[in-house]
Amino acid sequence: MKDLSLLVFLPTFGALALLLIPRRQTAALFKAALGVSLLAFCQSLWVLYRFDGDSAGMQLIERLRWIPAYGIEYAVGIDGLSVFLVLLTAFLVPIALLASWTIHERVKEYLFFVLLLETGMLGALVAVDLFLFYVFWEVMLVPMYFIIGVWGGQRRVYAAVKFVIYTMAGSLLMLVGIIFLATRNFQVTQSLTFDLLRIVNLHLPYNEQMWLFLAFALSFAIKVPLFPLHTWLPDAHVEAPTAGSVILAGVLLKMGTYGFLRFAIPLFPEAALAAAPVIIALAVIGIVYGAMVAMMQDDLKKLVAYSSVSHLGFVMLGLFAFNLQGVEGALYQMLNHGLSTGALFLIVGMIYERRHTRMIEDFGGLWKQMPIFSAFFLIVTFSSIGLPGLNGFVGEFLILLGAFQESPVWTALAASGVVLGAIYMLWMFRRVVFGPLDRPENQRLEDMNLREICMLAPIVALIFFMGVYPKPFLSRMKSSARLVLQRVESQRLAVPLIRSETVVEGKTARGN
Amino acid sequence: MEFSLLRLVPLLPLFGAIVNILFWRRVSRRFAGYLACTTVGLSFLLSLQVFWLLPATRVLHDTLLTWIDSEPFKASLGFQADPLTAVMLLVITGIGLLIHVYSLGYMGRDEGMVRYFAYLNLFVFFMTLLVLADNLLLLFVGWEGVGLCSYLLIGFWYQDHTNTIAGNKAFIVNRIGDFGFLLGLLLLFWELVRLGAPSLNFADLRQTVHLLRPESVTFITLLLFAGATGKSAQIPLFVWLPDAMQGPTPVSALIHAATMVTAGVYMTARLNFLFALSPETLAVVAWVAAATAFFAATIAVAQNDIKRVLAYSTVSQLGYMFLAVGVGAFSAAVFHLFTHAFFKACLFLGSGSVIHALGGEQDIRKMGGLKSHLPVTYWTYLIAALAISGAPLTAGFFSKDRILWEIYSNGSVYLWLVGWLTAGLTAFYMFRQFFMVFHGPSRVAEPVKSHIHESPRVMTVPLVVLAAGSISAGWLATPEFMWGSVWDRWLQPVLGAEKAVAHAAAGEEILLMALTILLAAGGILFAFMFYGRESRIAARIAASPIYQLLANKYYVDEIYDRLFVRPFTAWATWLARRFDPGVIDGIVNGVAGGVRASSLTWRRIQSGNVQHYLFAFLAGTILILVYFLGR
Repeated sequence: MKDLSLLVFLPTFGALALLLIPRRQTAALFKAALGVSLLAFCQSLWVLYRFDGDSAGMQLIERLRWIPAYGIEYAVGIDGLSVFLVLLTAFLVPIALLASWTIHERVKEYLFFVLLLETGMLGALVAVDLFLFYVFWEVMLVPMYFIIGVWGGQRRVYAAVKFVIYTMAGSLLMLVGIIFLATRNFQVTQSLTFDLLRIVNLHLPYNEQMWLFLAFALSFAIKVPLFPLHTWLPDAHVEAPTAGSVILAGVLLKMGTYGFLRFAIPLFPEAALAAAPVIIALAVIGIVYGAMVAMMQDDLKKLVAYSSVSHLGFVMLGLFAFNLQGVEGALYQMLNHGLSTGALFLIVGMIYERRHTRMIEDFGGLWKQMPIFSAFFLIVTFSSIGLPGLNGFVGEFLILLGAFQESPVWTALAASGVVLGAIYMLWMFRRVVFGPLDRPENQRLEDMNLREICMLAPIVALIFFMGVYPKPFLSRMKSSARLVLQRVESQRLAVPLIRSETVVEGKTARGN
Repeated sequence: MEFSLLRLVPLLPLFGAIVNILFWRRVSRRFAGYLACTTVGLSFLLSLQVFWLLPATRVLHDTLLTWIDSEPFKASLGFQADPLTAVMLLVITGIGLLIHVYSLGYMGRDEGMVRYFAYLNLFVFFMTLLVLADNLLLLFVGWEGVGLCSYLLIGFWYQDHTNTIAGNKAFIVNRIGDFGFLLGLLLLFWELVRLGAPSLNFADLRQTVHLLRPESVTFITLLLFAGATGKSAQIPLFVWLPDAMQGPTPVSALIHAATMVTAGVYMTARLNFLFALSPETLAVVAWVAAATAFFAATIAVAQNDIKRVLAYSTVSQLGYMFLAVGVGAFSAAVFHLFTHAFFKACLFLGSGSVIHALGGEQDIRKMGGLKSHLPVTYWTYLIAALAISGAPLTAGFFSKDRILWEIYSNGSVYLWLVGWLTAGLTAFYMFRQFFMVFHGPSRVAEPVKSHIHESPRVMTVPLVVLAAGSISAGWLATPEFMWGSVWDRWLQPVLGAEKAVAHAAAGEEILLMALTILLAAGGILFAFMFYGRESRIAARIAASPIYQLLANKYYVDEIYDRLFVRPFTAWATWLARRFDPGVIDGIVNGVAGGVRASSLTWRRIQSGNVQHYLFAFLAGTILILVYFLGR
């Protein structure tokens, strides 16, 4: 077992080891789980160290024959598209575990599921075999289903079922698409394989590409979530426990955008080009729509959830701009969103634990009572708003820069999201943190404790670092992003017919 | 020339801010204040050194690192100091230092003093970053960063909702302008890519922009100017600045009068070679500026809050600066920026001293007769008020007349007329305020009366320094018929030689000057007649409908509220309450419900009754047979 596999399965081993600890020793259980996740984080750093930022292709590849009869392999690898998402995942899980310290029921099962979820996420990010990807993709669902459904809020079962069925509905189509793709590949090359690196060379007719793209895109778009497929998200977020929300926002949503970049776009470049105007339109609608709906929420978690719709709209816009700035910006924004939205959910969780309410109107004047908390909140808020000097700006700027080349008008609309973001975030922040501390329940609130500072401090440090010095990230993303773009670009040049269709569609879309 | 100490100019105040934030619980208030003053003082000394080094070297560079690199886009964390930057640095760190020192006294008893000085230091960091940036994107970092500090300091006393609402308004209105700025930047970049010269470095831009297509230059500059209307409070985005007076008064002096709000003027001066390429944009700038200058001055006439008068005055004076920009007289614009920093900071700090003496009172109707109680404040305020009114030989006299002369010699008589009338209004509202505060019978509330005291040294010394500047700063650029202008020679490498300001027409220039002085004197005289002595005219004016219109600021806030804020929130509410849960989620749940309903129907065939199954089996077989046999 080499670097990547060790990383992927470390949490599983940890989860299994947890079973040996008596259920009543919750402290030991927590410490063990935290230790395992920290080990996994160290391993992810090791992977980053071994990663060669200049090369574009898959690295650290491992292959094992798994179901030879169908050509299914256990194949994992990592490249510039996935390396930082892997790191983000391994970074957020220990923080999510720290945030779970206040859970008292069924601790053992809970920790087991969180660690299993980590394996699912890491596996989906490093899978190079389509079938293996699908397995990990579904593996992520199960622990999340339980985390929401068992440890969630009032309407947890409704939210959990909605989350699973909605996501499943999309992913089943993807499974059909994967099988079809492997079969077509077999017809052409006479070798049965699910290996992405080989199937990617298959050139399908435009028609088939389009159908397959739609099957994959639907599955990923639900996960992102792309407007109008987003309504599972607020429900899931509101009901999930803090750690669930952090992981959901931090990593699971990125699986959708990552899926587009890793599979849907390189496998079906012509179709992706043709669909770009529609997806850009939906992304921009999502940016504005998500922001406007977020503005009017009374529930803090719902507000953050809808802000995710808005932020992920930016990511999609960047991806489908099909230039280096757009794709790099999108990748960067995935990380930013993971950090800032993850931190926002942690922050909401902290005051929820203290006051058992998430309603904005129940707060006000917290700065007086909780200055450290408020300072962290302020930084994270401005990171989410995209203040230059913090991480969010770099991503948003690159996305807008890339998108502007593709379509100035849509970019202008998207940039209005920058204004709207300031409106809803500052309005919320003012109502929660500023003003008189007039509610008696709030006058005894305690400021952040050491554990909570340990959760937020690393995130805030990264928020600053990524805002000031994005180079180590961008330089490692560049080659792999270029590779994807070359595939798209070659289609643009090779099939002028399709290109002209794109232009026509683009015009009508813009005309609306 | 490389000058690696340049980075310390912004980084020292940043260091001060970080120390004060991280150790906010450990450090004493006094230490926080001294630390903040020291860091800004050191920055000021460095700025002086930059100033000394410049004549020999033309421009200083200091590049820290590559910030964003995404082929073909590249922006570095790089600083440059040229004569324009040097002037701005001296204003920011010099006046900044005075205001830091003043704050030691003004904020001395505030429990949030550590936080206050951290924010103030952070502001100096971002503002010096803004003027030191060697590329447009880094300028934008400073640009938004000062907005952040403005937001934090307006809402400094956060327990009062009015303050934090004003803070939000400032940030959001500025963001609307920044939206334009950002789009302008993007358009500029891709147009440059088209030319094969994708660099937003100012040094490169200077070489490349003349290759741009004229219509794209107009678009770009208009979008950038949209950003300036936000930051520098021009029509239509000026509405945030009067509300920004909710912050502590030294903040109003530093951020909302002397430095931050002039960032828009600095930006246009920095990009003067770009703006000069588009006569259309310059015309728009000039008319927006003229309208703003006049409009804000009329509002100032009818305000009773001591700081609000000054706030509208600032809006009006910023209009003057943009008027100069609009006729291509960038050097005159920056000159007025420079002199305005002195007298407006002096006025604000003076008003702070008055407010301090009266225990927080800001309504000038409840002042009067303060001359004898606050002698230093009185005299410095008088000097600054004379300077802003354009009294001969004061700073404002030279800078304002320079602008008016540039407008006139540019051939824009109507613009000149607006500027001229505004000069009269300026003198009137300033002295209306001055007389109401310092002269006449005391209208101070009884309990306060006995406590009126002159402010401590730490506050009056900055006042005296600024008053001295309000007189002498103007002598740097006098008309040709006096001893000429050092100022223009200094800025020439950046702003280029001014268009031939008709030297021959000295007589005409003197005539215009006389006209302005006359009007200003008239303004002061009227102010004295109405407000400087016992008079019933003041009450009669206050009752008139025009006065009411002005006192209510032409109802601009109310109009914006009806036109934009309310429809927008109504829309958002509809989306959030009806459309999203009803329609979008409704469809999702509808599909799920449909599947469920059809399953409920079809599950009946799974009855478990063998006879039913056999019947269905038989019926199916018959149907298949009929189908195949019937073909």
